[in-house]
Amino acid sequence: MIFLSNLVNGISLGSIYAIIALGYTMVYGIAKMLNFAHGDVIMVGAYVAFCALQYWGLPPIAALLVAMVLCTVLGITIEGLAYRPLRQATSLAVLITAIGMSYLLQNLALLIWGANPKSFPAAVMIPIPMISLFGGRLNISGVTLIAILANLVIMAVLTAFISRTKLGKAMRCVSEDRGAAELMGINVNRTISATFAIGSALAAVAGILLCSAYPTLMPTTGSMPGIKAFTAAVFGGIGSIPGAMIGGILLGVIEILGKAYISTELGDAIVFAVLIIVLLFRPTGLLGRPVREKV
Amino acid sequence: MSMLEINDIHVFYGAIHAIKGVSFEVHEHEIVTLIGANGAGKSTILNTIAGLLKPRSGQILFEGKNINSVPANKMVGLGMALCPEGRRIFQQMTVKENLEMGGYSRPAAEIGSSVEDVFRRFPRLKEREKQIAGTLSGGEQQMLAMARALMSKPKLMMLDEPSMGLAPILVEQIFDIIRELHAAGTTILLVEQNAQMALSVADRAYVLETGTISMSGEAKALLEDDNVRKAYLGS
Repeated sequence: MIFLSNLVNGISLGSIYAIIALGYTMVYGIAKMLNFAHGDVIMVGAYVAFCALQYWGLPPIAALLVAMVLCTVLGITIEGLAYRPLRQATSLAVLITAIGMSYLLQNLALLIWGANPKSFPAAVMIPIPMISLFGGRLNISGVTLIAILANLVIMAVLTAFISRTKLGKAMRCVSEDRGAAELMGINVNRTISATFAIGSALAAVAGILLCSAYPTLMPTTGSMPGIKAFTAAVFGGIGSIPGAMIGGILLGVIEILGKAYISTELGDAIVFAVLIIVLLFRPTGLLGRPVREKV
Repeated sequence: MSMLEINDIHVFYGAIHAIKGVSFEVHEHEIVTLIGANGAGKSTILNTIAGLLKPRSGQILFEGKNINSVPANKMVGLGMALCPEGRRIFQQMTVKENLEMGGYSRPAAEIGSSVEDVFRRFPRLKEREKQIAGTLSGGEQQMLAMARALMSKPKLMMLDEPSMGLAPILVEQIFDIIRELHAAGTTILLVEQNAQMALSVADRAYVLETGTISMSGEAKALLEDDNVRKAYLGS
């Protein structure tokens, strides 16, 4: 029963990683860049929700929406100001810029919200009581359940969006061949902007879920989950949406089970060791497509 | 009337001066071909007209309007379509989705009937409607690339090496389609390494050599020209 409880917690943590990983994987698939500032957008989303609940007295749903809207604006702004001018630059220049953007966001957060950790009002954000199963032997918290459900809903909606809508199809075109997409009449800049918007809105959701599960909020809160979610995206096959889901969940389960049964201290090391092993055997990740050059 | 007029364009790739002062024009209802060896700059010219590359100097006029500063994604709305070198179909999308993307610039309500029109012209594609485009044969992929370009209902269709890598019988088919499109009223600018086929289908031709036009004239006259025969027709 303890195993089952660990498994559920792992899937829940993994669901949060998966939601974050979507932002990495979509931006990589469509804009062909690694947005290392993505983890810090999570942190901003969590702070905004914190302020909305604590200072502005908004209800949880409103706090969620405000955080999503502000993160969307933030994502579009970051892309437009920092990444768009580098569209023709080398990928190394873009990568360094993204890392710089990450530090900028962390330090702005330090300036605005200070260095002292805030305690995120998790019980206010997700007012769902603990669910007891098997006569109290399996307890599932509200946030655990919500994280899993949120991940499933987001995946279903996003998959439908990508395969059916005009914007979703435009994203697939830009992902495959930017020049050919332009020939079709697709505005590549606007499509990339939309990708950042979606990724950042999801980052806000992930930030709130993360801080509801682990309620300590600091300017660096987003960086470790960000790196793990990036790992999850690579694990699942970067660029692949189902890959982000599978990679995220597996990573969460491995982390929780590793911490429970092997070593609490080595939990993170185990996660990254698994990534290295997977990449040795499948360099494109679990669901990644091998790169084919076709003439 | 000139549908397309190119005045003394210069195009660079970084420091490399790829197109050195090229001028030519395409009249309405013509088939014009640019022929020349590999690396002469044929594709560069088409990509520049389509807006994927920008000329450093010179003008490109489409229906009398300067389109130098029009971004690539707006060109299709003006009425020109480029069927690019190497086909560049969306490999991971289905045949039908590729066609729908070709009609991206048009109102959604018209797409369905245009897809049907295109399927009538390319019955082979209809059979493969739901197939992933990357699994089509080379000839089918070329047909899909042309069909996709047609979905925008272009006044000017630019074709970049449509015969590349295809068996002779497929090359014949592709050129038959070009003739049909022309007969249906589309103006065509064709870039080809297969000079024999290109000259036999075209009204007029320009010969491109390392970034400049070395010869031009009626396609039939060039087909008879000794220099052209020696350099491009292998006889």
